[in-house]
Order: sequence, then C-alpha cells, then structure tokens
Amino acid sequence: MTYVSCHRVWRLALVLLLLCVLGVAVGTLVGSTGLESWMQAWQDQVAQQIVWDIRLPRSLGACAAGALLGLAGAVAQGLFRNPLADPYLLGSASGASLGVAVALALFGVNPFATEWLVRMGLTSAAFVGAVLAVMLTLLLARGVQHTLRLLLAGVIVGVVLGALASLVTLMRPDVLLGMQGFLLGSTSFIGWSACSVMWGVYVVALLIALGVSRVLDALTLGEATAQSLGLPLVAVRVVLIAVLAMSTGAAVAQTGLVAFVGLAAPHLVRSAVHTTYRGVVLLSSLMGGVLLLAADLLARGLLAPQELPVGVLTAVLGGGYLLWLMYRGQGAGGVR
Amino acid sequence: MTGNALSAHNLHVRLGGQPVLHGVDVAFAAGQWTAIVGPNGAGKSTLLKALSGLLPAQGRVQLAGQDVAHISRRERAQRVSWLGQNEAASDDLRVWDVAMLGRMPHQDWLAAPSAHDRAVVETALRATQAWDWRERSLGQLSGGERQRVLLARALAVQADVLLMDEPLANLDPPHQVDWLEQVRCLTAQHTTVVSVLHEIGMALHADDLVVMQAGRVVHHGACRSAETHRAVEAVFDHRIAIHALDGEWVALPKR
Repeated sequence: MTYVSCHRVWRLALVLLLLCVLGVAVGTLVGSTGLESWMQAWQDQVAQQIVWDIRLPRSLGACAAGALLGLAGAVAQGLFRNPLADPYLLGSASGASLGVAVALALFGVNPFATEWLVRMGLTSAAFVGAVLAVMLTLLLARGVQHTLRLLLAGVIVGVVLGALASLVTLMRPDVLLGMQGFLLGSTSFIGWSACSVMWGVYVVALLIALGVSRVLDALTLGEATAQSLGLPLVAVRVVLIAVLAMSTGAAVAQTGLVAFVGLAAPHLVRSAVHTTYRGVVLLSSLMGGVLLLAADLLARGLLAPQELPVGVLTAVLGGGYLLWLMYRGQGAGGVR
Repeated sequence: MTGNALSAHNLHVRLGGQPVLHGVDVAFAAGQWTAIVGPNGAGKSTLLKALSGLLPAQGRVQLAGQDVAHISRRERAQRVSWLGQNEAASDDLRVWDVAMLGRMPHQDWLAAPSAHDRAVVETALRATQAWDWRERSLGQLSGGERQRVLLARALAVQADVLLMDEPLANLDPPHQVDWLEQVRCLTAQHTTVVSVLHEIGMALHADDLVVMQAGRVVHHGACRSAETHRAVEAVFDHRIAIHALDGEWVALPKR
C-alpha cells in the first residue's frame, strides 16, 4: 500500500473503532430500565448487575458477532471472487443451524444458556456444521472456478440442510422455541462466556486472514496468475475456508442467523476506500461490528421496553442496502 | 552461442479429457523474442500455460537446462513471469497494488515491500506509462490502460523468462509500438520473451516464430526466413500473404 492509501485505511479504521467504542458505551445505557440502572450502578447491586452482566457483554458480543460476520464476508468475497458471496450463501449458516439443532435435540439444552461448557459445545456443533456445509458446497460445485455453479450449490446445500434442521426441530418440539430464536437472530442472551468465545475466535481469525490477505489480492488477478506467482493456493484455500467456517460458526452459534452483515460490510468498505485485502479484511470486520451494534441498539430502543430480534432488523436494513446496490449497478461498491 | 532459456520435450496436455498438445518439442533461445502464432484452437495458450507450470502436462519442461520438476515453486515464480489472456482483475485494487503483486515471488510471507521492491514497481509502471495512475483503482481505467498495468505487474517480477498470452489485446497502435520497444529493451537485457500473438504483422517483428496447428509445432524458424513465411501462410489456409514493405514484413489478406 502506498502512503495515501494506508493513511485512508487507518483513518477509516480509527473512525470505525471509535464508533464501536461509542456503540458499546451507548449500549450500557439502553435497556428496559433505561438510564436508571446506569445512574444507580455504583450503589445498587441489581442495577450494577444489569449494566455489568447484561448490557455490557451484550453490546460487546454484538460487536464481536458483527466483526466475525464482516470478516467472514470479506474472506468469502475474496476467496470466491464474487461480490455477492457471503458466508450464508455458501450454506455455512444452514450447516451451523443443523449443527445447533442436532446438539439441542441430542442434549436438550437451552440454546441461550450461558454456561461455559454449553456455549463451547454449541459453538463446536455450529462450527462443525458450518465447515461440513462449505465442504459440501465446494464438492457440489466441483471447485471454485465457476461462480454461478458455486452459488447454486450453496443455495442447494442451504435449502437441504435447512430442511434437515427443520426436521430435527419437528422431531423434538421442545427445542422449537429455542430454534426459532436462533433462526431470527438475537443478541439478547449474550453473556460474558459467549463474548469471550467470540472475541477469542475473532482475534485468531483476523490474524490468520491478515496473514494470507495478499493471496486474496493475487487471486483477484485470476487463479492462473496467482499460481504463476508461486503461491501455495490449495493450502491457503483450505486455511481461508477454515477461517470462514470458524468465524461464521462462532457468530451464528452465539447470535443465531443474523442476516446480511457479512454481505453489506465489505461493500460499504469498498465504497469508501480502494485498498488491498489486508485493509478490506480489517475494515470489514470493524464495519460489521458497527453495523450489528447499531442494529442491536435499534432492536432495544425502537419498541422499548419490548425488543425486536436483531436479525429481523439487519435483514430489513441489509436487504434494503442490497436492493440499493443493485439499483445503483456499476460504480464504486456497486454490485458488479 | 546462447543456450536455451526454456524448452519442452515431448509435451502432452489433455484438457477435459481431450488431447490438446500432441508431443510438442520446442526450445526458446535465451535473450530472444519468440512469437507463437497459429489458428484458433492450435494450442498456443495451452502450450504457454504448460510451459509456465499452470497446467498438468506429460513430458519434460526445462528452465535453462534444469528440469522444472526439480525447481521449487517459488524459484520458478521468480524465474518465469506469466501474463495471461483476458486476465481478470478486481476493480477495487489500485494500480500500485496490482503492480506490487509482481514482487510476491521475491518477498517473504509477511514482509512489507522493501525499497528495492518499490523501485522495481515504479520502473515497471513508468515503462508501461501507467505511473501517473498509480493511485487510481483498476475500475477507473479503460481496457487498454488496464492491460498496461497488468503488463507492469508481469514486468515487476523481473524474471529471466517472460511469457505473454495476447499482450496486445485492447492496446491502441501507439501503445502496441511501445510494447514492441519494451520487448526489445527486455531482450537487450538478456530476458527471454515468448508471446502468443494473433496479430501476424506484430508477430513478424519477433526474432523467431513458432507456428502451431492442431496441437503441434509445425515450424520454428527466424521471422525473416521465407520458409517461416510459407509455414504461416499454410496454417492460415493461404488466406494471408506475407510481403516485404520498407524493410519490414507485413501480413495482408489474400484475394
């Protein structure tokens, strides 16, 4: 990156980071008890618990889940060289849903339990489901050369695994409510344990993605050119698919199917700066964090004291954004 | 006498189960420009890809007499640069970043570009007159301008052998002439250039011509030789004729 580009990237990163901090701070103020809890947090133990154990981890968790989805979206679009690729379009979300549904049905646990072991178990189930779904998509598409075939395979895998998840849920009606909440996407039940899992996965996924980001740059010139540059494409592809599945799995396991953040975040970044994938990956994750934090605040504030599932808001806002991109067509950040 | 920079012996390639190259034997002299010509489907691009190691092939490819099977992927990338036909590129990457990708074979995995890398990229971008757009994204450039950036990317590798598939696509006549001068400059520095060209008139400016048809090399000779001219005319069903004009060779449609 030249100096000018580097400067722009860091400036945007700083702005997004500040927005994340601001969003988390505002998140500690918003809730059914309003500012009262915050004002009394120093004297009243219940108020302190509301701010410290409910609002703060929820806001930090929403930010982490958004960051994971933004990161996964940037990786998916780079890896599959398709601006419409997002983690969910490749079936990983449905795979994660099936994983969670199977785990819930087998162990009969509450999907929003906050115990460490349960969270780790659900994350593992979602992770395994996401990896298997992406593998299945790649297998059906016979590689990543034909993007249309790839997206079609992703849609098919998504539908089939989604149907299987529904079947599992129907066979065990006691997990129906939990699964419904999972499918709509919600940040309501993120505790400190979920928060730690997501931030831990985010740091690992970000470091790996930044480490191999130059290969994503080379892949924009086509597979043959990237190969002619002596890059270990097969190994890097495996690593990136693991990052994609790990990020999606971790986010989906904790917050359910939050829609469109993974698709919208990289596009928003590209419409603001032209940079290498190192910048796109970092900025998309920050942008994802800001987006989900904003949606979380709206979900809490719009109908307070009632709450909207955050996934419904991101679907409406993200869907609107996608339609606008398609309407705008060509141009920076447009759907090409 | 100069040795061969790159050679292929009994090279067979199958694509989608169909044989495309049938035992090609060809050698490219070091520091020379060789153009590969032939009708559509002759296997020109396939040969170039197989020589670059981008396609699985049966047979032997040697780089300066050394079997490429015994050369590491990275060393091979440092010694052979490849510019593909209709090379795709993201509209979002900036010209500078695209050209810098050419330095990847020389850089350590996580290392930032060195001062030498930056100097090489600047030289490559200036050589293709793309330096002024270094801060622009590819999406803001025309087809010909993009092609010059992609050429700069291939030049930035600073390889001993430069393989180019249809490098003149989208270039206007003045920039085609610039490309010719660039190739001459490279061969003067002892770089070996092999290019697949559809423009026979341009190909006739090369040192040597490889004429291909139906997956085989039917002729390999100097561009100025009458025998080469006859071979070119023959593979194009005598629909073109090669004539001398002001000391150069031109291909004209035959009536």
